[in-house]
Amino acid sequence: MVNQLQETSGNLLEAGRQTIISAQNLSLTFQTNDGPIHALKDVSLDVHKGEFVSFIGPSGCGKTTFLRVMADLETQTAGTITVNGVSPAEARRARAYGYVFQAAGLYPWRTIGGNIRLPLEIMGYTKADQDVRVAKVLKLVELGEFEKKFPWQLSGGMQQRASIARALAFDADILLMDEPFGALDEIVRDHLNEQLLHLWASTQKTICFVTHSIPEAVYLSTKIVVMSPRPGRIADVIDSPLPRTRPLDIRDTPEFIEIAHRVRDGLRAGHDDD
Amino acid sequence: MRNVLPILTVVAAIFVLWYGATVALNAPWAKDKAARAGVELTFSELVTDTWSQKKPKLPAPHQVGAEIWKTTGAMVLSGRGFSKRSLIYHSWVTFSATALGFVLGTILGSLLAIGIVYNRTMDMSVMPWVIASQTIPIIAIAPMIIVVLNAVGISGLLPKAMISMYLSFFPVVVGMVKGLRSPSAMQLDQVRTWNAGPAQTFWCLRLPSSMPYLFTSLKIGIAASLVGAIVGELPTGAVAGLGARLLAGSYYGQTIQIWSALLTAAALAALMVGLIGVVQRHTLRRMGIA
Repeated sequence: MVNQLQETSGNLLEAGRQTIISAQNLSLTFQTNDGPIHALKDVSLDVHKGEFVSFIGPSGCGKTTFLRVMADLETQTAGTITVNGVSPAEARRARAYGYVFQAAGLYPWRTIGGNIRLPLEIMGYTKADQDVRVAKVLKLVELGEFEKKFPWQLSGGMQQRASIARALAFDADILLMDEPFGALDEIVRDHLNEQLLHLWASTQKTICFVTHSIPEAVYLSTKIVVMSPRPGRIADVIDSPLPRTRPLDIRDTPEFIEIAHRVRDGLRAGHDDD
Repeated sequence: MRNVLPILTVVAAIFVLWYGATVALNAPWAKDKAARAGVELTFSELVTDTWSQKKPKLPAPHQVGAEIWKTTGAMVLSGRGFSKRSLIYHSWVTFSATALGFVLGTILGSLLAIGIVYNRTMDMSVMPWVIASQTIPIIAIAPMIIVVLNAVGISGLLPKAMISMYLSFFPVVVGMVKGLRSPSAMQLDQVRTWNAGPAQTFWCLRLPSSMPYLFTSLKIGIAASLVGAIVGELPTGAVAGLGARLLAGSYYGQTIQIWSALLTAAALAALMVGLIGVVQRHTLRRMGIA
């Protein structure tokens, strides 16, 4: 009931803005030897242009699965989902999104520049265009002088920045990020979060971001989707009242703490179910 | 420098065992000769005799060494390094068949592996045949390959190379299938998000990822290839090659000649495996994998 009210009010606030991702009653059931696993059950959500949406919840709540359905890496077993108005498969073929995985996944035999060039080569950009784009995104993630270096010469945080640059290099308006900073330490993480907000502001992308961390979700997002497990479903959708420009110390303000509190309540409610 | 001592220790142990075995195995013949001549051998005379017989059961290392020198270095010095009696010539004959067979085997193995990885039907059907092919004793099938190829007018280097190929494609198939499948699920998802085609995935991800596996297979493959070339020379009455030397040696009881050909074959194998090792180190280091 509460969810519905919030969804309605959210929809009213965002009325008139272009819907980028729209899921209706989305379900995904994996058949395993131990019986069916309901990774997602009746999930409905709209993501609008320019939003930064975080998905947070305990393991098994389906947040990564949801992201993978958007990316056409999994297919739903029921319900509908559109990305840019078309099916995820068509969106993937149109290269509508960049996907950042938990591990940087850079190829050790390519330089940083070569790694960022890889999707561009695959997509058939001209050599001159590739050069321009590689230089542009490297500057964007502050790795300008590392183009000729190899991945092993960079720290974990720098490698993850390179992998974000790789997802930004081609013209995709959507950025899907699956716990991209999960393996990094707190200080590096803070720095990357701050950089990511700058990136988001300067590129106007729509970002879907999966995370385990409450402060990270609250700090980054305009909308926080709290999910709960067994079956994977949306427990709460919180529209953040925080301004779009956020210095790191916004995390000490009462508003921030209040939202974090509400996220925590949502997570706890999900846990009481089992 | 630290590696040298253990190696020298092992080599010394081999020499001690070898000389000991030489005495034990050749002693009956030495005693027999002495008995017929009606003389009594002292221990030192016995040892000297067992280490210097013309057709010993087991030649002593220095006899083999002298024979190898006589048929390689000494012939080079006298300007006949490539004569038909030189081991260098015979090694070259065997090496050329080995190398051709190895190249063919690597190509065949790689193609089969690509088929197995990319084609479901081949994935389900080819591997049992590949394994079955290796359970057939090569010594049984080698003469038939030579005879059949001769019948269709193919002779010389190629039949031997085919036998080498038959042995060397197997490790390449097994290694390359594993290598081409070595990219993680995440890496494959990643190229999928870029909507890369099968060919792009192959050249950009699968092939580079398979390199460490390929080189390991190549090392096994080239050794198998050498065995194939030698076996190919044995049953066919070949007049040249290390296998022909082995065969001639066994016809005339020339054990020293057999052992020198064997050791030369071993040295050739070590050289080729070492060569691939150098290429492997260089390539993988440049690729940032090693």
